[in-house]
Amino acid sequence: MARIGVFICHCGENISATVDCAKVAETIGKLRHVVLSTEYKYMCSDPGQTLIKDAIKEYNLTGVVVSACSPRMHEPTFRRACAEAGLNPYMCEMANLREHCSWVHEKNDITTEKAIDIVRTQVEKVKLNYALQPIKVPVTRRALVIGGGIAGIQAALDIANTGHRVVMVERSPSIGGHMSQLSETFPTLDCSQCILTPRMVEVAQHPNITLYTYAEVESVEGFIGNFKVKIRKKAKSLDEKICTGCGLCTTKCPQKKIPNEFEQGMGNRPAIYIPFPQAVPNKPVIDRENCTYYIKGKCKVCEIVCPTKAIRFDQPDEILDLDIGAIVIATGFDVKHADFFPEYGYGKYKDVIDGLQFERLASASGPTSGAILRPSDGQVPKNIVFVACAGSRDPAKGIEYCSKICCMYTAKHAMLYKHKVHEGKAYIFYMDIRAAGKNYEEFVRRAIEEDHVEYVRGRISTIYEKNGKLIVKGADTLLGGQPVEVEADMVVLATAGVANSGAEELAQKLHVSYDSHKFFAEAHPKLKPVETNTAGIFLAGACQNPKDIPDSVSQASGAAVKVAGLFSQDELTREPLVAQVNRMAPPLYSTCVGCFLCQPVCPYQAIEREEFKARDGKLIKAVAKINEGLCQGCGTCVALCRSKSIDLHGYSNQQVYAEVMALLNEY
Amino acid sequence: MKTGIYPGCSLNGSARDYNESVFALAEAFGLELEQVSDWNCCGATAAHNLNKDLSLALPARILALAEKNGMDEIIVPCAACYNRLTLTQTELRKDPELRNHVSGIIEMDYKGTSGIINVIEWIDKYITPNLEGRIVIPYAHKVACYYGCLLVRPHKVLNYDRPEDPQSMDLVMSKIGAEPIYYPFKTECCGAGLSISRTDIVSKLSGKIIEDAESRGAEAIIVACPMCHSNLDMRRNDINKYWGKEFKIPVIFITQAIGHAIGLTDKKIGLKRHFVDVKIS
Repeated sequence: MARIGVFICHCGENISATVDCAKVAETIGKLRHVVLSTEYKYMCSDPGQTLIKDAIKEYNLTGVVVSACSPRMHEPTFRRACAEAGLNPYMCEMANLREHCSWVHEKNDITTEKAIDIVRTQVEKVKLNYALQPIKVPVTRRALVIGGGIAGIQAALDIANTGHRVVMVERSPSIGGHMSQLSETFPTLDCSQCILTPRMVEVAQHPNITLYTYAEVESVEGFIGNFKVKIRKKAKSLDEKICTGCGLCTTKCPQKKIPNEFEQGMGNRPAIYIPFPQAVPNKPVIDRENCTYYIKGKCKVCEIVCPTKAIRFDQPDEILDLDIGAIVIATGFDVKHADFFPEYGYGKYKDVIDGLQFERLASASGPTSGAILRPSDGQVPKNIVFVACAGSRDPAKGIEYCSKICCMYTAKHAMLYKHKVHEGKAYIFYMDIRAAGKNYEEFVRRAIEEDHVEYVRGRISTIYEKNGKLIVKGADTLLGGQPVEVEADMVVLATAGVANSGAEELAQKLHVSYDSHKFFAEAHPKLKPVETNTAGIFLAGACQNPKDIPDSVSQASGAAVKVAGLFSQDELTREPLVAQVNRMAPPLYSTCVGCFLCQPVCPYQAIEREEFKARDGKLIKAVAKINEGLCQGCGTCVALCRSKSIDLHGYSNQQVYAEVMALLNEY
Repeated sequence: MKTGIYPGCSLNGSARDYNESVFALAEAFGLELEQVSDWNCCGATAAHNLNKDLSLALPARILALAEKNGMDEIIVPCAACYNRLTLTQTELRKDPELRNHVSGIIEMDYKGTSGIINVIEWIDKYITPNLEGRIVIPYAHKVACYYGCLLVRPHKVLNYDRPEDPQSMDLVMSKIGAEPIYYPFKTECCGAGLSISRTDIVSKLSGKIIEDAESRGAEAIIVACPMCHSNLDMRRNDINKYWGKEFKIPVIFITQAIGHAIGLTDKKIGLKRHFVDVKIS
């Protein structure tokens, strides 16, 4: 005979402000088999949990329903509490009164009625719960880091330094990411490459790190501790073992007019190229889309000049199969380019550039060797306007969020300009100056007070060209919205930071969630900022939201600790909420008829074939069997099974049916 | 499909040339245009500055009358009227309680079944598809299409064209042989209602638009708004005085430009009514 205890949480006022908790408790208390129905302000707190534990012992409960928040939030908490009181943790169910009821409805009787209904379904369900034991799985102690920017580099080094193996995959020919493009970094103005390139080299030389550049993740299967990852190593069209990286091929390549990605299109590169002088690895790749040989079938100049005969035109892409225990996503971000802004000329004006382009202009290794020259005619701009929040914080542009890094890098840009063009005039149009960070505010003050950068609070409505000047029109909102017009020689837009190209596709491959802006989503905005909702997959850097270097590095180290923690265990415990094909005594063995229609529909390849054989080896029957390690408990096979031979632990057909009937029946 | 027309005050007054050219086009292409009977003021700039109920009730009455007249859609050539009517339709559509309240004020049932289209949408729908073979005098001139504020903004409500760099008029003009220029003043303010109270501001703002269009080689400014037209055309003397220049660029309604291209007489399309002389070769 079931003895059910129901615990209704107020969640502070989150639930009780909308739902009449006392009435819910009273009504539920009258249901059959409910021996205790009580309420409390914070069920997840220590006294709340003690309440549950004591009640389990006192009332000899066989099942518990905690009516509180989403099970995503606190199901593990309450299951643990039940286990501590000696009840099998899977005899505890949660009724979601917060996300499914109080947060989405107004306070009235119907809302309370709905809350009662939600609790009733779980009471009916928990009566049919049965004890389950966690599944133990082994751990592969090798991490995959996707992305070789500063976040990926930091995560890889930190994991590798704990003694575990790391595979780093970077889709471009070199690691380094956006940080390698930057000129100097705020708030110290130290040279970006000088602090980054030693770390890039460390990655390449670390005995625990295997680096695959010009490679992408093809597919990911499996689960925490046991991922099966396929990596596509794109053909670099040369034998890396023979190539010495002398670079002769890159100087002789006749195709020289390809926009250079590293220079943000402000310079050209050949078809066989090393992205930048400090690239790691420092060996070229052939860009097959632009190579004359691949387009026209002849050329092969690089092959002729190569002193070590390393060029391999017929090299195929290579697919690597790797066993991986944990994954760190560090795929970074991108910026909107000037062509995103109709009001600023759709990128039509050569001297309206984005922040990343300005970084290249200001960089000693850039197209102008660090001289600030305007792209149109190579002249030094005498008046320069920086536009902060170009796209960011602008719902009309579809980007409501703050890109976070722009206030600081814009101050830095204006400073760098003033340091190089002393007589020049630098304006920054801004909405607010967000300089929250160690030494950040001081840095902005320096730009204003020492470098005399003119900050104007207001937005730019339009930019257009007239008589060779860029007319920048805006308003000074500190002077009562007075119109301001600046005749500029050059304009730098601090364009919004957005998700990197391919982020959505990668998220779908990894089965991790992402937000409406295609940034990867963390498991909890405050308490699990490094985890994703998929166990064993972690986040580092700007793939989650725009971040500066210190934040990216901190998060990467956080992710590395999570990975190291995972790898410190001998085996992992998995939730036993998986599917099962029934078994019975011979000669039936199972009601499964062996049609195996369940096999192709399983998204996780978790369905195997089990054969029963006679002593002479003759096959008696073949039936489906679930691999508990791979099954994610989605239930697709249950729905499909024609003979109703598969059921899902924790969500059995009987349990779901009981929930539905509870809703249909009067009480 | 029954198409009605709501002229508003301008088309019976300062923008009679606009009215004439709309009807001339309708006649030339065999399109029925029935006026909304017993129509009233749309509320213009004044009503929504004074009283929200009034600013909704006035356009709602027009829309309710259009429904009563059995009109599936109404063309609203004046950009300001178009804006007020569409805004009212949107507000009442999303708030049934407000709709009932306003229905009570106008003592008429308002369901929101009549569509609202501006003059360019009307042209796109009924005229450009039938232009083939009709063009007698291709409009072979550089033109600056001026959209002003009310035709494309607020984008959330009107959901018409691109608010920062609209193209619809440019496309229509290129179909009759014109060469629309790229210029940055497409949606800059002409001074609007300050036409009467602060002519100096209109002279300054409208002058900027004219100066830029002329300096980029435009031979005419094409408009679809009576207010823009009166500021750029009727106030030309003030503008010239303010700027100390002799701007000569004519300001033409898009309907007049099409009318001229299909061979309608200047009188028929109201070209003689302009303050700045229009001579189209």
